[in-house]
Amino acid sequence: MLTKRIIPCLDVRAGKVTKGIAFKGNVDVGDPVEMARFYYEGGADELVFYDITASNERRDIMIDVVSAVAAEIFIPFSVGGGLRTLEDMRRVLLAGAEKVSIDSGAVRNPQLIAEGARAFGSQCVVLSMQVKRVPKSKQIPSGYEIFIDGGRTPVGWDALEWSARGIDLGAGEIVVNSIDADGTKAGYELELTGAIADLVPVPVIASGGAGNPQHLRDVFVESNADAAIVASITHYGEFTIENIKTYLTDEGVSVRDTW
Amino acid sequence: MIAIIDYEAGNLTSVARALTHLGYKNEITAAPEKIRTAERVIFPGVGAAKATMQTLQKRGLNQVLADFFRTGKPMLGICIGIQILFEHSEEEDAECLNLLPGRVKKYPPTDTDTHTETLKVPQIGWNEVYQTKPHAIFEGVPNPAHFYFVNSYYPEPASADIIIGKTKYGLEFCSAIAHDNLIATQFHLEKSGRVGLKMLNNFLKL
Repeated sequence: MLTKRIIPCLDVRAGKVTKGIAFKGNVDVGDPVEMARFYYEGGADELVFYDITASNERRDIMIDVVSAVAAEIFIPFSVGGGLRTLEDMRRVLLAGAEKVSIDSGAVRNPQLIAEGARAFGSQCVVLSMQVKRVPKSKQIPSGYEIFIDGGRTPVGWDALEWSARGIDLGAGEIVVNSIDADGTKAGYELELTGAIADLVPVPVIASGGAGNPQHLRDVFVESNADAAIVASITHYGEFTIENIKTYLTDEGVSVRDTW
Repeated sequence: MIAIIDYEAGNLTSVARALTHLGYKNEITAAPEKIRTAERVIFPGVGAAKATMQTLQKRGLNQVLADFFRTGKPMLGICIGIQILFEHSEEEDAECLNLLPGRVKKYPPTDTDTHTETLKVPQIGWNEVYQTKPHAIFEGVPNPAHFYFVNSYYPEPASADIIIGKTKYGLEFCSAIAHDNLIATQFHLEKSGRVGLKMLNNFLKL
């Protein structure tokens, strides 16, 4: 049986992980390779690196990070943040990422999804979306609107419609980031995640709001998400991936329990 | 030398990195002479059956692979590399290498037991591989163990004798085969963590 995936997300700025992470032992907390190895050995099913570097010249540093991680980490990982062109995607994939995650770049140029899928296959192209709850309207019938640029700029698109369109264009997976849930530690956005998981025929990855293992259980069982992104609940040592998986197994959720 | 066949697609570099990590020299190549003289051949990666076969034919590598198979030297197919070994794939109605009797089929739209649960295709993620026959490639690998899959199609060998691993996704399908010097897996050994590296290492010692 296909298991539910737990995916730690690491924010990287200029080659360093930005959040101080409470790893025990002799781990350079800012080193993305060290942290990736920690999660790899700790049972993470996949990793996401989010490049929050703004300038172009520093992108080369991110490519170096991807290469260094790929030389040591033998589980899939995706890279997102600022990918705007097919060439941006190609560089990241050639450096060793399994997938690219495109977000604002796909909103600005939806054909980027199609170009990526044609060039590398749909399985490489993850459509990530930032979603916020708004009043239902003719333009936003679901009451969930797409935002870009770190959640600052509304796009005027309905999240469900954008999901369906993204799949038609060739996206192989969808990441649903809830702006409302992000940082609350009060749980994932279950209604939104469930609505998209019911709608699209590809895996849906929930993001934003995890505060404890039960939140993962809820989004897997109640919203039928295929994977869940975690950040602060594991970064600061409050829970380990193993803790979460033990809890999920007890709750009857199928996970990869040995590694 | 270990030759990783270059067919212009897929994650060739991931396999190369895994071999390097394990301490084995390798080369990604489409040169027939290099492949013929290699000690081992790995045919990895993701891709569509038809495009893969067209690239192989264009480069004359379909014959090179068939010849290599007959030398008896170890040969490993991964993902699309298991599918093209058979006669035919339903994916775009592609004629394949025909090294093994059997066909490649698309996953059913719903679970064949319950008929209710809609299957997401492609299958993306970690699934269990049950070892149905002992084989040196599985040495030190727990049974079952989780491996990473990305696939919309699965092989259906004409002879059950070559099946060494099975997995369930909507239906029970063949996820690993072994026939003489030829071993192939539907799952990605290079992306399956420690157990995947273990199997790669086992192949390199065959």
